[in-house]
Amino acid sequence: MQTLRVVCYLNQFFGQLGGEDKAGVGPQVMPGAVGAARAVQQALGEAGTVVATVLCGDNYVAEHPDTAVAELLQLVAAQHPDLVVTGPAFLAGRYGVACGALCAGVQTQLKVPAVTGMHAENPGVELYRRQVYIVPTAAEATHMLDEVRRLVSLGLKLARRQPLASPTDEGYFPRGLTHNTLVDHNAAQRATAMLLAKLAGQQIVSEVPLPDFPQIPAPPPIKELRHATIALVTDGGFVPQGNPDRIEALAATRYGAYSIQGQQQLDPGQYDNVHRGYDTTYVKQDPHRLLPVDVARELEQQGAIGKLHETVYSTTGVATTLAHSARMGREIAAQLRAAGVDAVILTST
Amino acid sequence: MTPVAVMVGANRIVPAAGIIHPLGNAELSAEDEKTLRRRIVAKALQALQTEVVQPTVFGSDEGTTTKPGGEQAGT
Repeated sequence: MQTLRVVCYLNQFFGQLGGEDKAGVGPQVMPGAVGAARAVQQALGEAGTVVATVLCGDNYVAEHPDTAVAELLQLVAAQHPDLVVTGPAFLAGRYGVACGALCAGVQTQLKVPAVTGMHAENPGVELYRRQVYIVPTAAEATHMLDEVRRLVSLGLKLARRQPLASPTDEGYFPRGLTHNTLVDHNAAQRATAMLLAKLAGQQIVSEVPLPDFPQIPAPPPIKELRHATIALVTDGGFVPQGNPDRIEALAATRYGAYSIQGQQQLDPGQYDNVHRGYDTTYVKQDPHRLLPVDVARELEQQGAIGKLHETVYSTTGVATTLAHSARMGREIAAQLRAAGVDAVILTST
Repeated sequence: MTPVAVMVGANRIVPAAGIIHPLGNAELSAEDEKTLRRRIVAKALQALQTEVVQPTVFGSDEGTTTKPGGEQAGT
Protein backbone atom coordinates (compact mmCIF):
# COMPACT_ATOMS: atom_id res chain seq x y z
CA MET A 1 0.00 0.00 0.00
CA GLN A 2 1.12 3.52 -0.81
CA THR A 3 2.73 5.41 2.06
CA LEU A 4 0.67 8.50 2.83
CA ARG A 5 2.14 11.95 3.28
CA VAL A 6 0.82 13.28 6.59
CA VAL A 7 1.10 16.83 7.94
CA CYS A 8 0.51 17.50 11.64
CA TYR A 9 -0.56 20.72 13.28
CA LEU A 10 0.38 21.52 16.89
CA ASN A 11 0.28 24.55 19.17
CA GLN A 12 3.36 26.02 20.85
CA PHE A 13 3.03 23.71 23.84
CA PHE A 14 2.67 20.34 22.07
CA GLY A 15 5.20 21.50 19.48
CA GLN A 16 7.69 22.07 22.30
CA LEU A 17 8.26 25.72 21.50
CA GLY A 18 7.26 26.74 25.03
CA GLY A 19 4.31 27.56 27.27
CA GLU A 20 2.06 30.61 27.45
CA ASP A 21 5.12 32.82 26.91
CA LYS A 22 5.30 31.45 23.37
CA ALA A 23 1.53 31.57 22.68
CA GLY A 24 2.00 34.61 20.42
CA VAL A 25 4.39 32.82 18.04
CA GLY A 26 3.31 32.91 14.40
CA PRO A 27 2.96 30.03 11.93
CA GLN A 28 6.07 28.01 11.16
CA VAL A 29 6.88 24.62 9.71
CA MET A 30 9.41 21.98 10.82
CA PRO A 31 10.45 18.96 8.77
CA GLY A 32 9.26 15.58 10.02
CA ALA A 33 7.44 14.79 13.24
CA VAL A 34 8.08 17.23 16.07
CA GLY A 35 6.82 17.03 19.67
CA ALA A 36 3.42 15.36 19.96
CA ALA A 37 3.49 14.61 16.21
CA ARG A 38 5.91 11.80 17.05
CA ALA A 39 2.91 9.97 18.56
CA VAL A 40 1.15 10.36 15.21
CA GLN A 41 4.16 8.89 13.42
CA GLN A 42 4.21 6.00 15.88
CA ALA A 43 0.50 5.33 15.32
CA LEU A 44 0.93 5.53 11.53
CA GLY A 45 3.67 2.90 11.48
CA GLU A 46 4.31 1.88 7.88
CA ALA A 47 1.05 3.37 6.66
CA GLY A 48 2.31 6.91 6.43
CA THR A 49 5.05 9.42 7.08
CA VAL A 50 4.74 12.69 8.94
CA VAL A 51 6.52 14.82 6.37
CA ALA A 52 6.19 18.06 8.32
CA THR A 53 4.81 19.57 11.50
CA VAL A 54 3.14 22.97 11.27
CA LEU A 55 3.25 24.97 14.49
CA CYS A 56 1.58 28.11 15.73
CA GLY A 57 0.93 29.81 19.07
CA ASP A 58 -2.65 29.65 20.37
CA ASN A 59 -2.90 33.39 20.91
CA TYR A 60 -1.61 34.14 17.43
CA VAL A 61 -4.48 32.15 15.88
CA ALA A 62 -7.06 33.58 18.28
CA GLU A 63 -5.92 37.16 17.70
CA HIS A 64 -5.63 36.91 13.90
CA PRO A 65 -8.79 34.98 13.08
CA ASP A 66 -8.97 36.26 9.51
CA THR A 67 -5.38 35.67 8.46
CA ALA A 68 -3.89 32.95 10.69
CA VAL A 69 -5.77 30.03 9.18
CA ALA A 70 -4.96 31.23 5.65
CA GLU A 71 -1.25 31.43 6.57
CA LEU A 72 -1.36 27.95 8.10
CA LEU A 73 -3.13 26.60 5.02
CA GLN A 74 -0.30 27.88 2.81
CA LEU A 75 2.28 26.07 4.92
CA VAL A 76 0.20 22.88 4.86
CA ALA A 77 -0.45 23.06 1.11
CA ALA A 78 3.27 23.39 0.35
CA GLN A 79 3.78 19.89 1.79
CA HIS A 80 1.22 18.27 -0.57
CA PRO A 81 -0.28 16.08 2.15
CA ASP A 82 -2.66 13.15 1.70
CA LEU A 83 -3.92 13.61 5.25
CA VAL A 84 -3.77 16.38 7.86
CA VAL A 85 -3.91 15.58 11.58
CA THR A 86 -4.42 18.48 13.99
CA GLY A 87 -4.06 18.28 17.76
CA PRO A 88 -5.40 16.49 19.71
CA ALA A 89 -6.38 19.61 21.62
CA PHE A 90 -7.94 17.92 24.68
CA LEU A 91 -9.74 20.63 26.69
CA ALA A 92 -7.59 23.53 25.46
CA GLY A 93 -10.16 25.94 24.00
CA ARG A 94 -8.04 28.22 21.78
CA TYR A 95 -6.13 25.20 20.50
CA GLY A 96 -9.36 23.27 19.81
CA VAL A 97 -10.88 26.12 17.84
CA ALA A 98 -7.66 26.49 15.82
CA CYS A 99 -7.58 22.73 15.10
CA GLY A 100 -11.22 22.76 13.97
CA ALA A 101 -10.77 25.83 11.78
CA LEU A 102 -7.64 24.45 10.14
CA CYS A 103 -9.26 21.05 9.45
CA ALA A 104 -12.27 22.79 7.92
CA GLY A 105 -10.00 24.89 5.70
CA VAL A 106 -7.89 21.90 4.67
CA GLN A 107 -11.00 20.00 3.61
CA THR A 108 -12.76 22.79 1.74
CA GLN A 109 -9.82 24.67 0.24
CA LEU A 110 -7.11 22.03 -0.20
CA LYS A 111 -9.59 19.16 -0.74
CA VAL A 112 -7.47 17.02 1.57
CA PRO A 113 -9.00 14.88 4.35
CA ALA A 114 -8.34 16.10 7.88
CA VAL A 115 -9.03 14.84 11.37
CA THR A 116 -8.64 16.21 14.87
CA GLY A 117 -9.36 15.18 18.46
CA MET A 118 -10.60 17.02 21.52
CA HIS A 119 -12.63 16.78 24.70
CA ALA A 120 -16.44 16.97 24.45
CA GLU A 121 -16.50 20.32 26.23
CA ASN A 122 -13.86 21.96 24.08
CA PRO A 123 -15.67 24.84 22.28
CA GLY A 124 -14.07 23.59 19.06
CA VAL A 125 -16.42 20.57 19.15
CA GLU A 126 -19.65 22.56 18.95
CA LEU A 127 -18.13 24.96 16.41
CA TYR A 128 -16.70 22.37 14.01
CA ARG A 129 -18.16 18.89 14.60
CA ARG A 130 -20.62 19.31 11.72
CA GLN A 131 -17.83 20.01 9.24
CA VAL A 132 -14.90 18.11 10.66
CA TYR A 133 -14.26 14.61 11.99
CA ILE A 134 -13.38 15.10 15.66
CA VAL A 135 -12.36 12.16 17.83
CA PRO A 136 -13.34 12.43 21.50
CA THR A 137 -10.42 12.55 23.91
CA ALA A 138 -9.94 13.00 27.63
CA ALA A 139 -9.49 16.48 29.08
CA GLU A 140 -5.75 16.01 29.47
CA ALA A 141 -2.96 14.31 27.58
CA THR A 142 -2.63 11.35 29.99
CA HIS A 143 -3.61 8.73 27.40
CA MET A 144 -2.37 10.54 24.36
CA LEU A 145 -0.86 7.63 22.49
CA ASP A 146 -4.09 5.57 22.65
CA GLU A 147 -6.14 8.57 21.60
CA VAL A 148 -3.77 9.42 18.77
CA ARG A 149 -4.07 5.81 17.55
CA ARG A 150 -7.86 6.24 17.26
CA LEU A 151 -7.39 9.56 15.54
CA VAL A 152 -4.91 8.16 13.05
CA SER A 153 -7.03 5.08 12.39
CA LEU A 154 -9.99 7.32 11.47
CA GLY A 155 -7.67 9.57 9.43
CA LEU A 156 -6.35 6.63 7.43
CA LYS A 157 -9.88 5.55 6.54
CA LEU A 158 -10.64 9.08 5.37
CA ALA A 159 -7.42 9.28 3.35
CA ARG A 160 -8.13 5.92 1.73
CA ARG A 161 -11.71 6.94 1.00
CA GLN A 162 -12.99 3.96 2.97
CA PRO A 163 -16.61 4.05 4.17
CA LEU A 164 -17.11 5.06 7.79
CA ALA A 165 -19.43 3.41 10.31
CA SER A 166 -21.68 5.44 12.61
CA PRO A 167 -20.11 8.06 14.91
CA THR A 168 -20.60 5.75 17.90
CA ASP A 169 -19.01 2.72 16.23
CA GLU A 170 -16.26 4.68 14.53
CA GLY A 171 -15.55 6.99 17.44
CA TYR A 172 -16.11 10.61 16.39
CA PHE A 173 -18.54 13.35 17.38
CA PRO A 174 -21.84 13.12 15.47
CA ARG A 175 -21.88 15.45 12.49
CA GLY A 176 -25.67 15.79 12.47
CA LEU A 177 -26.13 13.66 9.35
CA THR A 178 -28.68 10.87 9.03
CA HIS A 179 -28.18 7.70 6.99
CA ASN A 180 -30.64 4.95 6.16
CA THR A 181 -29.61 1.56 7.43
CA LEU A 182 -31.25 -1.86 7.42
CA VAL A 183 -31.87 -3.49 10.80
CA ASP A 184 -33.02 -6.99 11.68
CA HIS A 185 -35.97 -6.05 13.88
CA ASN A 186 -38.84 -3.66 13.33
CA ALA A 187 -39.50 -0.65 15.56
CA ALA A 188 -42.08 -2.44 17.74
CA GLN A 189 -39.69 -5.31 18.40
CA ARG A 190 -36.82 -2.97 19.20
CA ALA A 191 -38.96 -0.82 21.50
CA THR A 192 -40.27 -3.89 23.32
CA ALA A 193 -36.76 -5.27 23.75
CA MET A 194 -35.68 -1.91 25.09
CA LEU A 195 -38.57 -1.81 27.56
CA LEU A 196 -37.82 -5.35 28.79
CA ALA A 197 -34.16 -4.46 29.21
CA LYS A 198 -35.11 -1.35 31.13
CA LEU A 199 -37.45 -3.31 33.41
CA ALA A 200 -34.61 -5.74 34.01
CA GLY A 201 -32.48 -2.83 35.13
CA GLN A 202 -30.16 -3.02 32.14
CA GLN A 203 -28.60 -0.07 30.34
CA ILE A 204 -30.51 1.01 27.26
CA VAL A 205 -29.55 3.40 24.51
CA SER A 206 -32.40 5.34 22.94
CA GLU A 207 -32.50 5.59 19.16
CA VAL A 208 -33.81 9.14 19.52
CA PRO A 209 -31.45 11.14 21.68
CA LEU A 210 -33.31 13.98 23.39
CA PRO A 211 -31.90 17.45 23.08
CA ASP A 212 -30.37 18.81 26.21
CA PHE A 213 -32.36 21.84 27.39
CA PRO A 214 -30.39 24.32 29.47
CA GLN A 215 -32.08 25.43 32.65
CA ILE A 216 -33.31 29.01 32.36
CA PRO A 217 -33.51 30.90 35.66
CA ALA A 218 -37.07 32.06 36.35
CA PRO A 219 -37.53 35.82 36.04
CA PRO A 220 -38.69 37.46 39.28
CA PRO A 221 -42.44 37.80 39.75
CA ILE A 222 -44.37 40.94 38.80
CA LYS A 223 -44.87 43.05 41.91
CA GLU A 224 -47.41 45.59 40.75
CA LEU A 225 -49.65 44.04 38.12
CA ARG A 226 -51.73 47.19 37.83
CA HIS A 227 -48.63 49.06 36.68
CA ALA A 228 -47.26 46.29 34.48
CA THR A 229 -47.26 46.16 30.69
CA ILE A 230 -48.24 42.70 29.50
CA ALA A 231 -47.56 41.39 25.99
CA LEU A 232 -49.21 38.51 24.17
CA VAL A 233 -47.04 36.11 22.17
CA THR A 234 -48.06 32.86 20.52
CA ASP A 235 -46.52 29.94 18.67
CA GLY A 236 -49.95 28.92 17.40
CA GLY A 237 -49.69 30.24 13.85
CA PHE A 238 -51.74 33.46 14.19
CA VAL A 239 -51.18 35.74 11.16
CA PRO A 240 -52.98 38.60 9.41
CA GLN A 241 -54.81 37.60 6.22
CA GLY A 242 -52.30 36.91 3.45
CA ASN A 243 -49.53 36.01 5.93
CA PRO A 244 -47.45 39.11 5.07
CA ASP A 245 -44.30 37.83 6.80
CA ARG A 246 -44.55 34.46 5.03
CA ILE A 247 -44.27 32.58 8.30
CA GLU A 248 -43.68 28.93 7.47
CA ALA A 249 -46.49 26.45 8.16
CA LEU A 250 -43.95 24.23 9.87
CA ALA A 251 -40.24 24.34 10.78
CA ALA A 252 -40.55 28.10 11.17
CA THR A 253 -37.57 30.39 10.83
CA ARG A 254 -39.64 33.61 10.92
CA TYR A 255 -42.06 35.34 13.24
CA GLY A 256 -44.35 38.34 12.85
CA ALA A 257 -45.04 41.43 14.94
CA TYR A 258 -48.63 42.64 14.55
CA SER A 259 -50.21 45.79 15.90
CA ILE A 260 -53.46 45.51 17.83
CA GLN A 261 -53.56 49.23 18.55
CA GLY A 262 -57.10 50.49 18.88
CA GLN A 263 -58.58 47.01 18.61
CA GLN A 264 -60.97 46.08 21.38
CA GLN A 265 -61.03 42.62 19.93
CA LEU A 266 -59.70 40.71 16.94
CA ASP A 267 -61.86 40.60 13.83
CA PRO A 268 -61.78 37.02 12.51
CA GLY A 269 -62.10 38.35 8.97
CA GLN A 270 -58.75 40.10 9.21
CA TYR A 271 -56.78 37.11 10.44
CA ASP A 272 -55.74 33.68 9.33
CA ASN A 273 -53.78 30.80 10.78
CA VAL A 274 -50.93 28.99 9.02
CA HIS A 275 -49.97 26.40 11.66
CA ARG A 276 -49.83 22.93 10.09
CA GLY A 277 -49.59 20.99 13.35
CA TYR A 278 -53.20 21.08 14.59
CA ASP A 279 -56.75 21.56 13.32
CA THR A 280 -56.97 25.34 13.06
CA THR A 281 -60.71 25.47 12.27
CA TYR A 282 -61.69 26.81 15.69
CA VAL A 283 -58.98 29.45 16.07
CA LYS A 284 -59.77 30.72 12.58
CA GLN A 285 -63.44 31.08 13.59
CA ASP A 286 -62.36 33.08 16.63
CA PRO A 287 -58.68 34.07 17.03
CA HIS A 288 -59.31 34.79 20.74
CA ARG A 289 -59.27 31.05 21.25
CA LEU A 290 -55.54 31.42 20.66
CA LEU A 291 -54.75 35.02 21.53
CA PRO A 292 -56.91 36.44 24.35
CA VAL A 293 -56.89 40.07 23.19
CA ASP A 294 -60.55 40.58 24.22
CA VAL A 295 -60.02 39.50 27.82
CA ALA A 296 -56.68 41.30 28.10
CA ARG A 297 -58.34 44.56 26.92
CA GLU A 298 -61.02 44.13 29.59
CA LEU A 299 -58.36 43.72 32.24
CA GLU A 300 -56.54 46.79 30.93
CA GLN A 301 -59.72 48.87 31.08
CA GLN A 302 -60.58 47.60 34.54
CA GLY A 303 -57.09 48.60 35.69
CA ALA A 304 -56.18 45.05 36.67
CA ILE A 305 -53.12 45.30 34.44
CA GLY A 306 -51.28 48.51 33.62
CA LYS A 307 -51.26 48.15 29.87
CA LEU A 308 -51.70 45.60 27.13
CA HIS A 309 -48.69 45.89 24.79
CA GLU A 310 -49.92 47.06 21.40
CA THR A 311 -47.88 44.54 19.42
CA VAL A 312 -48.45 40.79 19.44
CA TYR A 313 -45.77 38.38 18.24
CA SER A 314 -46.52 35.13 16.46
CA THR A 315 -44.82 32.17 14.84
CA THR A 316 -45.61 28.50 14.23
CA GLY A 317 -44.28 26.03 16.77
CA VAL A 318 -44.30 22.78 14.82
CA ALA A 319 -41.11 20.91 13.90
CA THR A 320 -39.35 24.17 14.63
CA THR A 321 -35.70 23.58 15.42
CA LEU A 322 -34.38 24.37 18.86
CA ALA A 323 -31.83 26.72 17.33
CA HIS A 324 -34.43 28.79 15.46
CA SER A 325 -36.80 28.76 18.44
CA ALA A 326 -34.06 30.05 20.71
CA ARG A 327 -33.05 32.74 18.23
CA MET A 328 -36.61 33.93 17.63
CA GLY A 329 -37.21 33.93 21.38
CA ARG A 330 -34.12 36.06 21.96
CA GLU A 331 -35.10 38.52 19.23
CA ILE A 332 -38.69 38.85 20.42
CA ALA A 333 -37.57 39.21 24.04
CA ALA A 334 -35.12 41.97 23.07
CA GLN A 335 -37.87 43.89 21.28
CA LEU A 336 -40.30 43.47 24.17
CA ARG A 337 -37.68 44.58 26.65
CA ALA A 338 -36.83 47.64 24.55
CA ALA A 339 -40.54 48.49 24.47
CA GLY A 340 -40.76 48.39 28.27
CA VAL A 341 -42.84 45.22 28.52
CA ASP A 342 -42.80 43.67 32.01
CA ALA A 343 -44.24 40.23 31.35
CA VAL A 344 -45.49 37.96 28.57
CA ILE A 345 -48.35 35.53 28.28
CA LEU A 346 -47.27 33.08 25.60
CA THR A 347 -50.12 30.93 24.36
CA SER A 348 -49.14 27.59 22.87
CA THR A 349 -51.06 24.89 21.08
CA MET B 1 -48.66 19.65 26.43
CA THR B 2 -47.61 20.74 29.92
CA PRO B 3 -45.08 17.85 30.26
CA VAL B 4 -43.30 19.22 27.18
CA ALA B 5 -43.33 22.73 28.65
CA VAL B 6 -41.80 21.32 31.84
CA MET B 7 -39.21 19.35 29.90
CA VAL B 8 -38.00 22.35 27.90
CA GLY B 9 -37.76 24.40 31.08
CA ALA B 10 -40.61 26.95 30.84
CA ASN B 11 -40.81 28.37 34.33
CA ARG B 12 -44.46 29.38 34.74
CA ILE B 13 -46.92 27.03 33.05
CA VAL B 14 -50.72 27.27 33.02
CA PRO B 15 -52.66 24.33 31.57
CA ALA B 16 -55.12 25.64 28.99
CA ALA B 17 -58.24 24.31 27.28
CA GLY B 18 -56.70 22.06 24.63
CA ILE B 19 -54.46 22.04 21.62
CA ILE B 20 -57.01 23.09 19.02
CA HIS B 21 -58.31 26.04 21.09
CA PRO B 22 -56.07 26.70 24.10
CA LEU B 23 -57.96 29.82 25.18
CA GLY B 24 -61.48 28.74 24.26
CA ASN B 25 -63.85 25.86 23.67
CA ALA B 26 -66.09 25.80 20.62
CA GLU B 27 -68.61 23.56 22.39
CA LEU B 28 -69.43 26.18 25.02
CA SER B 29 -71.80 29.10 24.63
CA ALA B 30 -70.09 32.38 23.75
CA GLU B 31 -70.57 33.60 27.29
CA ASP B 32 -69.22 30.46 28.96
CA GLU B 33 -66.31 30.40 26.55
CA LYS B 34 -65.31 33.92 27.53
CA THR B 35 -65.58 33.01 31.20
CA LEU B 36 -63.23 30.11 30.55
CA ARG B 37 -60.80 32.45 28.79
CA ARG B 38 -60.95 34.96 31.66
CA ARG B 39 -60.15 32.18 34.12
CA ILE B 40 -57.08 30.99 32.17
CA VAL B 41 -55.73 34.53 31.71
CA ALA B 42 -56.33 35.25 35.42
CA LYS B 43 -54.39 32.12 36.27
CA ALA B 44 -51.55 33.26 34.00
CA LEU B 45 -51.46 36.65 35.73
CA GLN B 46 -51.42 34.90 39.09
CA ALA B 47 -48.48 32.79 37.89
CA LEU B 48 -46.63 35.93 36.80
CA GLN B 49 -46.92 37.28 40.34
CA THR B 50 -45.63 34.10 41.96
CA GLU B 51 -42.02 33.40 42.84
CA VAL B 52 -40.79 30.16 41.23
CA VAL B 53 -37.39 28.51 41.16
CA GLN B 54 -38.06 25.77 38.62
CA PRO B 55 -40.65 24.80 35.99
CA THR B 56 -43.95 25.03 37.85
CA VAL B 57 -47.40 24.06 36.64
CA PHE B 58 -50.14 26.28 38.03
CA GLY B 59 -52.90 23.71 38.42
CA SER B 60 -56.62 24.23 37.96
CA ASP B 61 -57.35 24.28 41.71
CA GLU B 62 -57.60 27.82 42.93
CA GLY B 63 -54.44 29.12 44.48
CA THR B 64 -52.46 25.89 44.40
CA THR B 65 -49.30 25.26 42.52
CA THR B 66 -48.07 21.81 41.77
CA LYS B 67 -44.47 21.01 41.26
CA PRO B 68 -44.09 18.39 38.57
CA GLY B 69 -41.83 15.44 39.22
CA GLY B 70 -38.66 15.54 37.19
CA GLU B 71 -38.71 11.91 36.20
CA GLN B 72 -41.62 11.47 33.85
CA ALA B 73 -40.32 13.74 31.10
CA GLY B 74 -38.66 11.82 28.32
CA THR B 75 -39.20 8.35 29.70
